Amino acid sequence: MNYFPDEVIEHIFDYVVSHRDRNALSLVCKSWYRIERFTRQRVFIGNCYSITPERLIQRFPGLKSLTLKGKPHFADFSLVPYDWGGFLCPWIEALAKSRVGLEELRLKRMVVSDESLELLSRSFTHFKSLVLVSCEGFTTDGLAAIAANCRFLRELDLQENEVEDHKGQWLSCFPDSCTSLVSLNFACLKGEVSLGALERLVARSPNLKSLKLNRSVPLDALQRIMMRAPQLADLGIGSFVHDPDSEAYIRLKNTILKCKSITSLSGFLEVAPHCLAAIYPICPNLTSLNLSYAAGIQGSELIKLIRHCGKLQRLWIMDCIGDKGLGVVAMTCKDLQELRVFPSAPYGNPAAVTEKGLVAISMGCPKLHSLLYFCHQMTNAALITVAKNCPNFIRFRLCILEALKPDPDTLEPLDEGFGAIVQSCRRLRRLSLSGQLTDQVFLYIGMYAEQLEMLSIAFAGESDKGMLYVLNGCKKLRKLEIRDCPFGNMALLTDVGKYETMRSLWMSSCEVTVGACKLLAKKMPRLNVEIFNENEQEDCSLEDGQRVEKMYLYRTLAGKRKDAPEYVWTL
Amino acid sequence: MLLLMEKQGLGLGLEITELRLGLPCGEPVEKKEKKEKKRVFSEIQAGDDDDDENSSSEDRKVQTKNQVVGWPPLCSYRKKNTVSQTKKYVKVSMDGAPFLRKIDLAMHKGYSDLALSFENFFSCYGIREALKDADNAEHVPIYEDKDGDWMLVGDVPWEMFIESCKRLRIMKRSDAKGFDLQPKGSLKGFIEGVTK
Repeated sequence: MNYFPDEVIEHIFDYVVSHRDRNALSLVCKSWYRIERFTRQRVFIGNCYSITPERLIQRFPGLKSLTLKGKPHFADFSLVPYDWGGFLCPWIEALAKSRVGLEELRLKRMVVSDESLELLSRSFTHFKSLVLVSCEGFTTDGLAAIAANCRFLRELDLQENEVEDHKGQWLSCFPDSCTSLVSLNFACLKGEVSLGALERLVARSPNLKSLKLNRSVPLDALQRIMMRAPQLADLGIGSFVHDPDSEAYIRLKNTILKCKSITSLSGFLEVAPHCLAAIYPICPNLTSLNLSYAAGIQGSELIKLIRHCGKLQRLWIMDCIGDKGLGVVAMTCKDLQELRVFPSAPYGNPAAVTEKGLVAISMGCPKLHSLLYFCHQMTNAALITVAKNCPNFIRFRLCILEALKPDPDTLEPLDEGFGAIVQSCRRLRRLSLSGQLTDQVFLYIGMYAEQLEMLSIAFAGESDKGMLYVLNGCKKLRKLEIRDCPFGNMALLTDVGKYETMRSLWMSSCEVTVGACKLLAKKMPRLNVEIFNENEQEDCSLEDGQRVEKMYLYRTLAGKRKDAPEYVWTL
Repeated sequence: MLLLMEKQGLGLGLEITELRLGLPCGEPVEKKEKKEKKRVFSEIQAGDDDDDENSSSEDRKVQTKNQVVGWPPLCSYRKKNTVSQTKKYVKVSMDGAPFLRKIDLAMHKGYSDLALSFENFFSCYGIREALKDADNAEHVPIYEDKDGDWMLVGDVPWEMFIESCKRLRIMKRSDAKGFDLQPKGSLKGFIEGVTK
């Protein structure tokens, strides 16, 4: 098999970058497995409990970049109880003990303690990049340790984390010798930072390309920062409130005119609507615009702004833009690839978006491939039209705010509409369903969604057949998450081998019983089948006939985990 | 089976803070058959249709709107940082009045709107008369900001004011002897709004 010396093969492997391709290489033969092992630098672990850190380090001693995901996706919606798991600590401890030269760590939905951050900052001299998404458990003290100790830090990116503010001036902990920053995002922090320290940090970071500020940074500080960093490409604005007649505002307008390299804009966490005109000059250059946290911007201002953004590829907004506003997006943003429309009130704003807005977008933006759309209503006819206009969807997530709502025109379920989507979009990888749905939609999904990897279902289906259509038909399915559907034991147990081909299965408020879960766990020793028993009673034993409120199962090589809280029963 | 039903409501959602799992009409769950999933779904449909016909919010008072855990599927970070901004209740006290009131600043469009609310709450305590003559107004509206300082209402733009206002107090002018309380800019308009 090997006609070339190892060094040559290694060199060739350098060009193979994606995780999937790398995994494929390692399966070819023993010597390729060996070579691939020692040359692998980037590893992605989609479920931190699928393998132990020790085993990972043993296989990939050359590890430089690690991505870890912890809690199941439905944890985002408060469905996973507190303290379930996903702790970073054992990973950092194991990595620190080994001789791995970790440079990059990307975490999602993990519990990160200050101690872990401190240990991380002291253990890896060449540590460059920390990205935390939807994590919790740490405070600004942990950030201070990272700032103070990581001498070659390039990236500190905090996205949507719950961080306790200890008012310790963490940002001031970056030493004067730190000049390597390329990306800094602290938009999710609630507390104040030293504005002087921030400005000096920006001034000594000539490579800074991405900067996202939090609410506490006022407009005049923003102006001074932008003056010092005209090379910025990605800007997140904190506070954008000022008197339009003030000196500060006029200075800002002039500074903005000089920032021609900004192509990505976000934030506006605090905004006075009459200030938005200041950013019109940079809008024509924008390829990415995220106003999904800008609650202070009214629909009419959003529309005025969008009219200037002809090059947008990615747009995240709130539904106050309305159907008419989406019509403007459709006319203006011909290169649009990704759209997310979020609800501005918990049960939606009645004047917000409906199927009409989505149809308009599909007509104007044929390159659209990723959609997340919260709306009041949807019709089969609209979905069929969208499917015809946009056959390139990779991600299609539709959330009709009122659960179980049928097509308002015909009062029928939305089976046909979603069926059209899966039939037309042959490259669909992710799908989220909503509205009234019968087993029929799952038949369509099983038949047509050949590339589907992740499916999210809520309040849908009529019988076990629905779930079985999906498990039988979707060969590439990796993650299946179901809540409040009438799927039970027969669906769960018909093809137990399927779950080893998947990363995980979540079922809550369905019809599966304890007995069925026990049986599944017994048949499949390489799955962890977890049941959450949140009942207060200590002495309650799980009877076989009892319905399971929440079940999460995942394939693993690590066996039953030792850090599960009391309410988690691993069968 | 506990079936979860989330209903559309104009302005009802935010007032009802109790999270419950249950059928919308409040019937005890034991009565419903587990097996008849389809029937129960259609019962909910029927309930839903009734609501659609009686679209006025008064009729919806009959059915408690149950909030469903984790629905809509919006991540908790996002929920906390966008949706919660639609309400901003602050206490309002008036010197001489026996009890305080609460108003939602987010529901007001500006200072003159706020002045009208004050009039509604405190007219019996003479706020109208008190502010009638701007220069000699007996009462002065002040507010406590995020830093804990007491500020004169009206100096900053409305949006800035809402962001920083923690509570309001309508103070007797006599308590502020020696301070320059000349109404400037917005405050003048505020007083004019009351006395129109």
